[in-house]
Amino acid sequence: MFRALVNFYHRLGSPPHFYRISGRLAPWFIGLALVLMAGGLYWGLVLAPTDYEQGDAYRIIYIHVPAAWLSMFVYMCMAVAGGLALVWRMKMAEVMAVTAAPIGAGFTLLALATGSIWGKPMWGTWWVWDARLTSELVLLFLYLGVIALDNAIEDRRLAGRAVGILALVGVVNIPIIHYSVEWWNTLHQGPTVTKFDAPSIHWSMLVPLLVMAVAFMLYFGGTWLLRARNEVLRREGNRRWAMELPEAS
Amino acid sequence: MNRLMWATLRRDLLLAVRNRTEVANRLLFFVLVAAVFPLGLDVERSLLQAIGPSVVWVAALLATVLSVDTMFRSDFDDGSLEQMALGPQPLTVLVTAKVAAHWLVTGLPLVVMSPLLGLFFNLPAHEIGILAITLLLGTPVLSLLGAVGVALTVGLRRGGVVLTLLLLPLYVPVLVFGANTVHLSGSGVDTTAPFYILGALLALAVTLAPPATAAALRISLN
Repeated sequence: MFRALVNFYHRLGSPPHFYRISGRLAPWFIGLALVLMAGGLYWGLVLAPTDYEQGDAYRIIYIHVPAAWLSMFVYMCMAVAGGLALVWRMKMAEVMAVTAAPIGAGFTLLALATGSIWGKPMWGTWWVWDARLTSELVLLFLYLGVIALDNAIEDRRLAGRAVGILALVGVVNIPIIHYSVEWWNTLHQGPTVTKFDAPSIHWSMLVPLLVMAVAFMLYFGGTWLLRARNEVLRREGNRRWAMELPEAS
Repeated sequence: MNRLMWATLRRDLLLAVRNRTEVANRLLFFVLVAAVFPLGLDVERSLLQAIGPSVVWVAALLATVLSVDTMFRSDFDDGSLEQMALGPQPLTVLVTAKVAAHWLVTGLPLVVMSPLLGLFFNLPAHEIGILAITLLLGTPVLSLLGAVGVALTVGLRRGGVVLTLLLLPLYVPVLVFGANTVHLSGSGVDTTAPFYILGALLALAVTLAPPATAAALRISLN
């Protein structure tokens, strides 16, 4: 079993195999994500009870929180792929690191936008320099830096490794940024209240949230595979295996 | 290894001394950015005092971002960096020496200059002292992190904007702790703890940034 898994992993390192396997996996990821998303949204937006304090406005949580979770999760995935690319010089790890960045930036932007929409009725303002908001904003800038670096380097292999280094530097920095911003914010404690700090959330609200989180994660997996397929073709488009693909003719 | 360190440090410092206007320009930029700020505001003593430390810190940040490119640029362009990297000596040591040289000709003058800017902003004497200490602890971190960014972008023809995009988010913690320690001392709070944190950031950067820079340089040199 373990051997088979290791074998599978090593084969994924080869672009043609990856292209074939990911082509088969991606529709499953996306399809399952869509089903779960539809179910989770219906559950969250219709079936889940109304919050006694925030009314129906709280329901944006079912988009906002999974997006925020994913924004950090994707960065971790990118850094792990970057580390693999640097240590073992795996082509596919480079591809995965590079292609994760735009997806992560998208989730971060979504988290910021939904947070701001949620903030307007709750806090009375679109934006506060709250610790979480600020570190999410810095996270967005980190993603944009990675994307800019990737676009600036023409040689795709070098770009992959450079992104790997930047992602690792970012991973060391993210907790420091988070705690520095938190410290800074507690100094300037304004009129805002972070309502999330109430630890308990009723299961009838929690379960749809978790369903949405799983759906987002599957969606990320699917789009990541699809993006990686494009990047593989971009890099290896003139190799023989790519020329011989049925979709090439 | 020590000899390599000293030789590189001496070489880079000598180059900086021979090119004095370049070094002076950075300092001038730092002073000008900070001095232009009050001109754009309705000058009010309390307001100036409130924003002073932050403005000085942001000016230091910008001065570093603008100057950090010189750390490897000329050596990269004329190929000497490649020769250095090919040598048997560890690249990490070389990088450390280059960062140290950059800090000595950029960061240290900013620290020395900061009391003057403190006066521009009517900061009380003890806050000026605290500002200088935070800069003393913080500017080396800026140089060290800057080296990583430059090493990643030195091979690019137009790396300047990308470099700024990479560096500014990474500078957030230093800025937060640097500027706010001064604010904190202004309200009479003991600043030992933030100093320790700035010191910890420095220790972390000194240990982790040079190897990361060396790895990035090897990619850029390829």
